[in-house]
Amino acid sequence: MTLAEQVLQNRRRAIARLITYIENEHPAAQAELATLFPHTGRAHLVGVTGAPGTGKSSLVNELAKGIRATGKTVAIIAVDPTSPFSGGAILGDRIRMRELAGDRGVFIRSMASRGSLGGLARGVYDAINVFDAAGFDMVLIETVGVGQGEVDIARTAHTVLVVEAPGLGDDIQAIKAGILEIADIFVVNKADKPGANKTAAALRAMLDLGNPTGGQMLHHGVLLSVAATPPSPAPPSDWDYPILKTTATAGDGVDTLIETIFRHHHHLTQSGKLADRNRARLAADLENRLQTELLRRLLARTPNGTLSEIIGKLVKRTLSPYNAVHLLLEE
Amino acid sequence: MPERKIRVLVAKPGLDGHDRGAKVVARALRDAGMEVIYTGLRQTPDMIVESALQEDVDVVGLSILSGAHMALLPIIAQKLKEADMAHVLIVAGGIIPDEDIAALKEAGIDAVFNPGTPTQEIVNFITTHVATE
Repeated sequence: MTLAEQVLQNRRRAIARLITYIENEHPAAQAELATLFPHTGRAHLVGVTGAPGTGKSSLVNELAKGIRATGKTVAIIAVDPTSPFSGGAILGDRIRMRELAGDRGVFIRSMASRGSLGGLARGVYDAINVFDAAGFDMVLIETVGVGQGEVDIARTAHTVLVVEAPGLGDDIQAIKAGILEIADIFVVNKADKPGANKTAAALRAMLDLGNPTGGQMLHHGVLLSVAATPPSPAPPSDWDYPILKTTATAGDGVDTLIETIFRHHHHLTQSGKLADRNRARLAADLENRLQTELLRRLLARTPNGTLSEIIGKLVKRTLSPYNAVHLLLEE
Repeated sequence: MPERKIRVLVAKPGLDGHDRGAKVVARALRDAGMEVIYTGLRQTPDMIVESALQEDVDVVGLSILSGAHMALLPIIAQKLKEADMAHVLIVAGGIIPDEDIAALKEAGIDAVFNPGTPTQEIVNFITTHVATE
């Protein structure tokens, strides 16, 4: 029986082996994945991202426990960074997920980023398809601890959770571009720590700047009323971008978060946005694959030494990078 | 095109809470370019075998200082075989008396590294013994 056939029967050994093939770009992987592809597209893909130390792994553990309690099966892909120096990695996300051990409805796979800079690993896309085809109802994808710009998860998942923790930055951080723009649901984790309400308020204020509503406020002791700004030309989003507070280590707030994740999926389905997102993620995936393959083919047909010769000219400034590209493409 | 990375599960079976040795080894393997899945303390044999299977590792490294090695390590080796993971290299470290080593090897533990072993020796053992496809 082929690996793909075994994956379709949810055989755990085959799932694990095929993901290894994907990571190592084993020649057999593509054919197996092609067999699986028609069986994908059913799982709800949920991304969990945020700065290092905000509690992503602990939260994923609690989410998986809670989602299992609803009867759904869960696969987890946890990405940790590869060392840029040795190429090795320490993948420590399982430490926080020990409570999930022994449950056949859960499958956890740790992946090293292996040089990808967008917060995921190159193999994540295909690994998702393996879990999807194996019949898992939900795939939770935990990114590496990210800064502000690693937003690959936005074109990978249906529902993106951005996890914040108190004390990480002021309210200008909250209106910067990047990671905060990709959230469907904001989570302020470690809500038992001082400053959690302030962090939630800063996120709320950031969202309200984009869609000002009317209200009353105290200004130097005087109660002022502010009218809502007229509606902007773009129709207001009908998703409310909830900001939820959790304490993952105690399980507080996790039930509400799970209800909200399900509500978001329902919203995507009802509004037709799920189809849009699926189309966008397949388009992004195709573009990625084309880039990789075109580069591979170009380098394969470039004669040995040509590349290093061109780089030598760049160093001496006798050739510009712009002309170098043309030269290589027309070689 | 990409090199095949060696994946290692580092686990602490049983009840002792001393994980410094496991962390030192994990770090050394990382610096040797391996991907190390670190599971943390107090793992049962079933947890270790299931993690090894899901992560599809080439090597399982077990650190044990509680004295329960004769009870736990052979069970882990046996369960790995039953899970169709007989190809996995099993190495152990910690406080393991010399007179127990022969019995452990008989039970399927491929190497035992006692305190004072240079980490490079562990790296070398793994890189030479991991089954390459």
